[in-house]
Amino acid sequence: MKIVYNGELDPRLCKDVLGATIAEIVDNDPNAIFLDADLMSCSGTLKWSKTTDRAIDCGIAESNMAGVAAGLAVAGFKPIIHSFGTFASRRIYDQIFLSGGYAKNDITVIGTDPGVAATMNGGTHMPFEDVALYNALPGATVIDASDPACLKSVLKQCQNRPGIKYIRVGRKQYARIYEDGSELPIGKAVTLKEGTDAVIFAAGLMLNEAMKAAASLEAQGISAAVLDCFTIKPIDADAVEAWAKKTGAVVVAENANRHGGLYDMILEVLAERCPTPAAVVAVEDEFGEVGTQGYLMERFGLTAAHIEAQVKAVLARKK
Amino acid sequence: MEIQERKSIEAFALKIRMAALEAIHSIGSGHVGGVMSISDTMAVLYGREMRFNPADPKWADRDYLVVSKGHAGPAVYATLALKGFFPYEELKTLNRGGTRLPSHCDRNKTPGIDVTTGSLGQGTSQAAGLALGNKLKGRKNRVFLIVGDGEMDEGQCWESFLFASAKKLGNLVVLIDWNKRQLDGYLDEVLPMGDFVAKMEAFGFDTVKVDGGNVEEIAAALERTRAGGDKPYAIVLDTVKGHGVDEIENTAMNHSMPVNDERFERWTAELKAKLDALEG
Repeated sequence: MKIVYNGELDPRLCKDVLGATIAEIVDNDPNAIFLDADLMSCSGTLKWSKTTDRAIDCGIAESNMAGVAAGLAVAGFKPIIHSFGTFASRRIYDQIFLSGGYAKNDITVIGTDPGVAATMNGGTHMPFEDVALYNALPGATVIDASDPACLKSVLKQCQNRPGIKYIRVGRKQYARIYEDGSELPIGKAVTLKEGTDAVIFAAGLMLNEAMKAAASLEAQGISAAVLDCFTIKPIDADAVEAWAKKTGAVVVAENANRHGGLYDMILEVLAERCPTPAAVVAVEDEFGEVGTQGYLMERFGLTAAHIEAQVKAVLARKK
Repeated sequence: MEIQERKSIEAFALKIRMAALEAIHSIGSGHVGGVMSISDTMAVLYGREMRFNPADPKWADRDYLVVSKGHAGPAVYATLALKGFFPYEELKTLNRGGTRLPSHCDRNKTPGIDVTTGSLGQGTSQAAGLALGNKLKGRKNRVFLIVGDGEMDEGQCWESFLFASAKKLGNLVVLIDWNKRQLDGYLDEVLPMGDFVAKMEAFGFDTVKVDGGNVEEIAAALERTRAGGDKPYAIVLDTVKGHGVDEIENTAMNHSMPVNDERFERWTAELKAKLDALEG
């Protein structure tokens, strides 16, 4: 694993990396199988799907897709399913919960366009709640992918990981964080930047904002560490504890509702292991709406400036 | 069907009812109506149609049964116990803490149960996935799916039927327990379903309707499905909720009923008399 962050976008579209990785997994493992619900164009798999009998388009019937995946798991397959994050979470929740998790049928679920990445599809397609739903599913693994390299690494690991795995990732470009080919073990947070005054735990699209905020704070004489918490569940409790103790001030940045997501996972660790002043940059319990990603990040308070302000606010409470 | 085989399967169906009642009586109440209506089909499936091995429940080429109306668990447990998947006495652990026999079917608990069901509609998609998976693996086995008529209210059933038809799952047989009643009353009062045969045909299924209390008719319909082909099969079982015990049949709200000692003895005696008459 090598960190190569310099603030620039990875030239690749995430959906192309997603499609290529799915194809690689399915083509190399006779037990792997991919299902989509009329969104193969969006998961970058449409062209490839014509080359195999293990890419199944289920049509616009996500609940059935989740159940079919469970049945395929009973038959000995390792299914990967995809839809937009809203449908891949709340629309199929009972199916993925019971036919999947409860029945111990291992399934990897990919939900694209997390949070504000849903942009022009608007509030109906904007999952701020998907993380909370999957966090509440016993034994589930919940991932907010950091960049294309992270996506590739975690998707491959999920094939041999028991339970329900939920990966949320955008389809467009992400800031490049890791060198391609990096291995990012699920469950281990990554220190992107060292710091002594405060720590910012961030995931997904918020990593770039966190890094920008940390750079700006540095110029003002505030040393903030940045940790990539791409695994929301199981949270890397040891890393959270260590950095909370080291800095004494915690800010969490996530592209999701503040309730039930990464913030809650981290607060649990802080409350039980090392009570520490904390603050959050997340959606303040609101529904989504339409707009560009830039507009929406401002609208919901998810920018580097918001993180910077929260770091200062929490530092003021630090003893 | 030879007369001797018919009698043997009819006797099996009566024993399934008696065993299921014994299980439900042991805990005091349960889903009596829908257990009784499906007992004849269970007897035909496990008495002659399905390939399975109680000594090796996970045998890869076995036929699969998915009981999407998961609350019919006691009928399935009775059948599996009678076939030797687990000791008969275990039926009396139904719904007790730590049991392997929960109210609704659970593949991680009961030997011989392959698919977890209970949230209605969900067994249908799992059955379709299982049939597709078996087909992709080149297995010659089949998947039998039992669906409740009230369960067909669930939109997921129709999504899965469209899928099964589109994917040409000729190794899937859907058995619809058309017992006319759901929890709150008759289907025609709660949510009328119209003509199941026409609906399944319209969804691309090779469909027949049979008397779901007649083992010969059920057996003949199932034999037809051995041909496989490009269309999934549907068998509409014209059944009576509570079939086999007059008092249960004649109780309007018989979805779930208490089974106290007195009822248990009376109902078992009725079934036993039928069994004695059959076995001479």
